Amino acid sequence: MRDAYLVGAGQSEYGAFPEESYRSLFRTAFEAATDSVPRGIEASDVDEAFIGTLGVGGRQLGLSGPAVTEHVGLGGVPCTRVENACAASGFATRQAVQAVKSGMADVALAGGFEIMSDMSSDATKYWLGVSGETEWERLSGTTFSGVYAQMASVHMEKYGTTREHLSQVAVKNHANGAKNPHAQLGFECSLEDAQSAPVVADPLNLYHCCPTSDGAACALIVSEDVVDEYTDDPIRVAGVGASSDTVGLFQRDSYTGVPASQRAGEQAYEMAGVEPDDLDFAEVHDCFAIAELLAYEDLGFCEQGEAGDLIDSGATELGGDLPVNTSGGLKSKGHPIGATGAGQVVEAFKQLSGKAGDRQVENPTRGLTHNVGGSGGASVVHIFEKDAETEVSA
Amino acid sequence: MSWEPRPTPEITPETERYWSAAADGTLLVRECTDCGLVYHYPRALCPDCFSDDVEWKEASGEGTVYSYSATQSMSGWPEEDLPLVLAYVELEEGPRVMTNLECDPEDVEIGTRVTVRFKAVEDADAAVPVFVPRE
Ligand SMILES: [Zn+2]
Repeated sequence: MRDAYLVGAGQSEYGAFPEESYRSLFRTAFEAATDSVPRGIEASDVDEAFIGTLGVGGRQLGLSGPAVTEHVGLGGVPCTRVENACAASGFATRQAVQAVKSGMADVALAGGFEIMSDMSSDATKYWLGVSGETEWERLSGTTFSGVYAQMASVHMEKYGTTREHLSQVAVKNHANGAKNPHAQLGFECSLEDAQSAPVVADPLNLYHCCPTSDGAACALIVSEDVVDEYTDDPIRVAGVGASSDTVGLFQRDSYTGVPASQRAGEQAYEMAGVEPDDLDFAEVHDCFAIAELLAYEDLGFCEQGEAGDLIDSGATELGGDLPVNTSGGLKSKGHPIGATGAGQVVEAFKQLSGKAGDRQVENPTRGLTHNVGGSGGASVVHIFEKDAETEVSA
Repeated sequence: MSWEPRPTPEITPETERYWSAAADGTLLVRECTDCGLVYHYPRALCPDCFSDDVEWKEASGEGTVYSYSATQSMSGWPEEDLPLVLAYVELEEGPRVMTNLECDPEDVEIGTRVTVRFKAVEDADAAVPVFVPRE
């Protein structure tokens, strides 16, 4: 199979935008993505599009992919809506990579969007809950915070992980988000703020949970045959991994890890021929603070049970050995469900292009994105890498 | 699934017997006669070996708390049932279920032994299993 490259990516701001529609937010993201391509790209170059959305609110559940691509002048391009809950556009990205690697497309668009702010909090909870195990877990009144809280309870009991470790995730991600102009909650928070927030589902408090958001994000994936038309500094999609699992947690052996993420990570590392140590940064799915800690272990950033020590060490802060969620993550940048996975790719593109501003990691070569649906019913990992060969010849 | 005043089960041909047994005060699990797996949720194929030679088995109704979380507010949830205690309970027979603990969160920890109780559902031959700490 031929290689696939990331040549551009962009996003709207994440937040609450009553003046915007899902289409206008998508257009903003699409224009930001096309504008970011070093040598430019025309809408007419796009061969195929994959669009992630959960369809929160049900406003355009059918044909929601073509509804946004027609809006940016891509009418006629084959377009498929990808739904995998919060991992929708991570999987849309994987589809785009597959289309390119297979030879079916030279230029594929991976995007995503969600509008969540125009509903009552009850309705939002309902629409988030539809990605849970509706038949067997929601009867108990469970929301995602309740499920992740129980993952946290087991991790704390088994490994001595503390509420303070959870709060440190919030402090770190807010510190990063404060440096990201697209972040929804772009302000810093102190450990004391994070520790004293009201409880949502014990042990998780408000600062251990990401917000609901409006937003859109897009990434452009092209083949090795055409990459030179778009950039002199190619970023290769070095590794891809994906897996699914039971939708409900009750059927899994362990709650102290997300098996789908472990499998997705292993596949991506193997395909890229790299180890976790070779990464320069990572964007992980921190829908809840415990989810970031589980990701450290699932993706091999540390041993099982040692995520608390890793966040304690400062290694995952900006300037540390492996900065995690330099964008602010879902916690601070925001979590517009269908846009989140593609939004992580936007951060990877910015970091690898040296365009991450105040939150730039020093000379990164390689970064990972990790996008999880529900409580781990689906997970997808990408590894992006600056093309060393081209760097030398350039 | 209806949400007022609290969620009610969706009853299907595969799960009808589970819910009606619960209405009669019995918790059922499924057992595969080919590989011996005892599993929940009830379905006609064994999730391990895909055998359709599976039987209903009466569970003892005893289990232990595998994990739990207490929540002080839950919109649409009956006020008198707050705080809501969510829990994964591991049944004596092996499978885990997502359920509620009908007790003060202070009286629960991981490993607490619990016993099933049933909350009747209006307008349906069904009841929802919940658990209380064992006497
Ligand atoms: Zn079997």
